[in-house]
Amino acid sequence: MTTTVQQTDSAVETNDEVILAVNDLRTYIFTRAATVKAVDGISFSLRKGETLGIVGESGCGKTMTALSLLRLVPRPAGRIVTGEIVLNGEDILQKSEDEMRDVRGRQISMILQDPQTSLNPVFTIGNQLREALGIAHKENKRSMLGRAVDALRSVNVAAPERRLDDYPHQMSGGMKQRVVGAIAMSCEPGVIIADEPTTALDVTIQLQYLRLLKEIQANTGLGIIFITHDFGVVARMCDRVAVMYAGRIIEQGEVRDIFNAPAHPYTQALINSVPKLEQRVGRLYQIDGQPPLLSNLPEGCRFAPRCAYASDQCLESYPQSYHMKDGHYADCWALDPAWQGTPIAEFIAPTGRTG
Amino acid sequence: MAVQANAPGGPISDAAAGQSAERRVSVSKVWEELRRSPIIPLLILIIFLIGPAIFANVVAPHGPVDNHLDKAKLPPAWVGDQRMEQVIVQRARADSEVSINNVKHLLASGGATLVDVDGNGEANLGDSLVTVIPGGSMEFPLGTDKLGRGVLSRLLHGARVSLMVSCLAILLGGFLGTSLGMLAAFRGGLVDGIVMRIVDIKLAFPSILLALTLVAAVGSGYVTVIAVIALLLWARYARVVRGDALAIKQRDFIDRARVAGATNMRIMLKHIFPNVFNTVIVLATLEVGHVIILEATLSYLGAGIQPPAPAWGVMAADGRELITSAWWIFLFPCLAIVLTVLSMNLLGDWLRDRLDPRLRNV
Amino acid sequence: MQRFIILRLLQGLLAVFVISLIVFALSRVAGDPLAAILDDESGKEQIELLRKQWGLDQPLHIQYLTYMRRLLTGDLGTSFKWDRPVAELIAEKLPATIQLSAFALIITGVIAFPIGVLSAVKKDSWFDTGGKMFAILGQSAPTFAVGLILMWIFAVQLGWLPTSGKGGLRYMLLPGFALGYYNVAAIMRLTRSSMLDVLDTEYVKLARIKGIPEWRIVWKHCFRNALIVPLTYFSLILAVLITGSVVIETIFAWPGIGQLVIQAIVSKDHITVQAIVMLFALLYIGINIVTDIVYAYVDPRIRYS
Repeated sequence: MTTTVQQTDSAVETNDEVILAVNDLRTYIFTRAATVKAVDGISFSLRKGETLGIVGESGCGKTMTALSLLRLVPRPAGRIVTGEIVLNGEDILQKSEDEMRDVRGRQISMILQDPQTSLNPVFTIGNQLREALGIAHKENKRSMLGRAVDALRSVNVAAPERRLDDYPHQMSGGMKQRVVGAIAMSCEPGVIIADEPTTALDVTIQLQYLRLLKEIQANTGLGIIFITHDFGVVARMCDRVAVMYAGRIIEQGEVRDIFNAPAHPYTQALINSVPKLEQRVGRLYQIDGQPPLLSNLPEGCRFAPRCAYASDQCLESYPQSYHMKDGHYADCWALDPAWQGTPIAEFIAPTGRTG
Repeated sequence: MAVQANAPGGPISDAAAGQSAERRVSVSKVWEELRRSPIIPLLILIIFLIGPAIFANVVAPHGPVDNHLDKAKLPPAWVGDQRMEQVIVQRARADSEVSINNVKHLLASGGATLVDVDGNGEANLGDSLVTVIPGGSMEFPLGTDKLGRGVLSRLLHGARVSLMVSCLAILLGGFLGTSLGMLAAFRGGLVDGIVMRIVDIKLAFPSILLALTLVAAVGSGYVTVIAVIALLLWARYARVVRGDALAIKQRDFIDRARVAGATNMRIMLKHIFPNVFNTVIVLATLEVGHVIILEATLSYLGAGIQPPAPAWGVMAADGRELITSAWWIFLFPCLAIVLTVLSMNLLGDWLRDRLDPRLRNV
Repeated sequence: MQRFIILRLLQGLLAVFVISLIVFALSRVAGDPLAAILDDESGKEQIELLRKQWGLDQPLHIQYLTYMRRLLTGDLGTSFKWDRPVAELIAEKLPATIQLSAFALIITGVIAFPIGVLSAVKKDSWFDTGGKMFAILGQSAPTFAVGLILMWIFAVQLGWLPTSGKGGLRYMLLPGFALGYYNVAAIMRLTRSSMLDVLDTEYVKLARIKGIPEWRIVWKHCFRNALIVPLTYFSLILAVLITGSVVIETIFAWPGIGQLVIQAIVSKDHITVQAIVMLFALLYIGINIVTDIVYAYVDPRIRYS
């Protein structure tokens, strides 16, 4: 599976400037019946020009994490209970709603999953673009038009002048997703969250789109948080990856490290469940059982009920985070020096796939 | 999970907002529960519509058309005697005035006394007339109308009229619509085309106008009212039943019945009708309120049930003339209609949610 | 867009044709149109003369054509009751009806849309619950009951407004509200539910992500989309207005078409009744076509399909 888009060499744009740091973020949804712990104490950081992948099964809290970063958790049931989201040196959880509006779009933005529904059907593309551009630039109509054309050109839309008067339903899915991208990037934010931006697109269009995102990143030094359930896309797009399971990040680190030596049994299982062309695998790996309900989480390790190697300790208490190397962390008791069960090296053999 | 997304405040202000949100939820929750449960509307219906309709003869203190001219316009039982003072003027223009020509007549009929300002013993301009309006009595708990007929008794008998007219109209309309709907689905082609076009035009046209035209053409009365309402109703049944029947027609058991040699008639009655029955029942329940309103409106306009029959619409029309002096004549029938229709609608909603949620958008 | 308009006009013409057929048929179902004006003493020759004069001796389809020709030339016949051309009567009464209906429509728009939107934005609040109760109550009360109760409270008990007749704005308030009441309840409910749907869409989420102020999201991005559903019910709104105007004009002695038609019905003046029903039908169909075009303007998806 060779494509022209290769995993970016981390050295190109990345520098050490951290633009987003999330610390012990918890977002719960309070319903009459139960409290759904959609995001339950996650921490990660993003540097300038870096792409961080957040991977996990659907319903593990990925999207809620994204919405929390924008402070757009569905109200009134959803609430950010505690934590810190430090964006460009300021904790946005301390900001008022008015201040928040200046943050959204200008400092952090998001590309939604489904381009078919993320554009307003009753306004033209130009109208929606100019509205987004108007937030950062208060200028006359003429120069706004120019900016809109530039914005469309920047996402490789052909003949942008003519496209401005089109309505969303007159465009193809891939085109719409480019426009959504243009809108999201119209105020030149430092961070963009891409929430499975390609799942609704055709496979050929997917690659184009991912390539476009990387191009833009190379030009602007954008930090991207890439939410997906597809490890293949992670390998192609991301510098670092955080694996989410049941509201927590259970493992994170450099993509290469995680692929070469996944520490957490869940990560191992996920990587093993990705079909690989270069390997003759008899059948795809599959994890038995269901992820726990976010409204009824187990005491101990959340993966323990499905983990083949779980011990009593795993069922009783949540594991610490263990640091392996270069920011590679994993939450698993098997990494503890005092671990009595199957040694981690004897877990399912990690697939030796090199970067 | 709540659908509404809104921008949250910080974690601290969130907690406060959450609390008030929960309190608000509980208020609307009670309302929702009340709305969802069929018990209250059922009780109201039994007390106000079905009970009186069946037992009107027994429960009602008087017959619906018994006149008591000497006791006309009596207020409800809880209203006491009222003293009214009117100034004598040349031509009365307000309630507080009485014209000089009427004074003699009023004095002679008794119940009125003269306040003789100038003391000459005669009624002159500028004097006042004091009339004592008698209060209500338990004989007529809700008062009487201008002919001295008991409002309560007429109301109770009116329930019978409303129920009878709406049931018959719905039965007739439902029968017509269901048959045509099944026929359209079954025959398809031209029959289907014609029936559905008529349905479209019918559904689009303001029903009361058609009703008025019909009534103007053939005259009013029970039979006409029922027929007219049935003609207004059938289209909705036809459309829904046709849709259902078309779906059922595709199913295997219809083919099997056909293979077994069943006639078209038999297939429609034995196989299709039982399957659309639920839908028809729900539609009918949803329709009752609408039909009661329709009948009352027609009767109010003089194009429905004719006086002196105790239809609620007729009673309200009687009360319109006396709205300034005898509010009870128009108000009670109006309230009876609103209460009945309200409970019928709530009951219909409940039944629909239970039996056939698809009909929400019909 | 042009094709859309032409298509819609053709459909309208078809509907007018069908309704004219129905009205014509009804006028014949009613029996001999002469019966109403002739009594037993009318001589045979006189009847024959009138019959010929009115073309009643012709076959039905010829009669229909004559009827349509007259209709198209604006000859709506002469009223038995008032002994005047019906067209003249209508011309005299129509402005009052349009005035009242327009007022009721404005009331509906001004009250129903904002309240519907706010109920959705403040879902489950006291405001929302109150709105829901109002809507359910509103759909359970016949127009005449609302009219009578409003009249009793505000004109009779409080004495703030006149009970009936036509005059300035004060005279229009009660009938206007009574006429608009049902539509307010219905449109409020529709706006609320469609607004709730819109607030939940991805494009609203994207608008929030863009950092657009909430009021702008509600009134620019949501309102127009939320308007589409209630607008599709405009024909129902209109039907309610037409039906309601008949009732309300009768109650409040408002000298419009509604009152005219009831008087005509009571005095069995078929010609007037038929003319008015035809007029209402034309109005109704015409306004529906206009609405559809407006609707196509609001929702570009329809325009191009």
